[in-house]
Amino acid sequence: MVPTNHYLVLAAVLFCMGMFGVLVRRNALVVFMCIELMLNAANLTFLAFAREQQNMVGHASAFFVIVVAAAEAAIGLAIMIAVFRSRGTLNIGEIRTMKH
Amino acid sequence: MTVEAVLFWAFGACVVIGAAAVIASRNAVNSAMALVATFFFLAGIYLLLWAPTLAVLQVLVYAGAIMVLFLFVIMLLSLTESEVQGGRITLSRVLGGAAAAAVLWALETTLLRLAPVARAMATAPAPQFGTLKSLGALLYSQYVLPFEVVSLLLLVAIVGAVVVAKSRI
Repeated sequence: MVPTNHYLVLAAVLFCMGMFGVLVRRNALVVFMCIELMLNAANLTFLAFAREQQNMVGHASAFFVIVVAAAEAAIGLAIMIAVFRSRGTLNIGEIRTMKH
Repeated sequence: MTVEAVLFWAFGACVVIGAAAVIASRNAVNSAMALVATFFFLAGIYLLLWAPTLAVLQVLVYAGAIMVLFLFVIMLLSLTESEVQGGRITLSRVLGGAAAAAVLWALETTLLRLAPVARAMATAPAPQFGTLKSLGALLYSQYVLPFEVVSLLLLVAIVGAVVVAKSRI
């Protein structure tokens, strides 16, 4: 048996790697992928506590996180297509203005 | 070591390696493929946590739908750019690494103090724990309002994505 702590530590490591990617990478698409990593770390924490408490509420929360992530991916990628169309780049170091 | 522990360490190592590949690879397509692999191994970890429904959803929705969307956008925009900085160590990288390490340290010191909580993991949960049936019963009774709200959110996301991405309506 694996104690809850191990799952939680794995989730913490995953979250911090995602955070590092968000802070360091300059490509907006990769930043977006790192945000997905952080959402998954949160999901892992939900499921670990649900397993420990033997309570399905954590599963319902993880389900809603997945749905919100899907909506976020659709909107975010649409915004990236619009930004790329108006500026020709997805480098977040070069995108400084809301209006073009 | 039990089978569960062996699988946990194997999947956990693969998840961390995959996440590192997402951050480290220069090409956005390689990042996306590494992320797909990470999601698959995470689904394995969900299975270890007795969450088969969420594991299937993870593969279907994340590795299937969301990542296909990502790859589609990457190829649509034909992003062949390589980042200007290359492998150099820059100030932002050092600061980002320091911030992530600080958060990780804070989380770990808190989590390692939780040690006595580990007791309940020894007992196997009830047979209906984590099945699609019990999750559906929960979603359609106790969480029916959030469920409807989230379906509205998806509808808004569909309309919004079309409006934002289309150049002229």
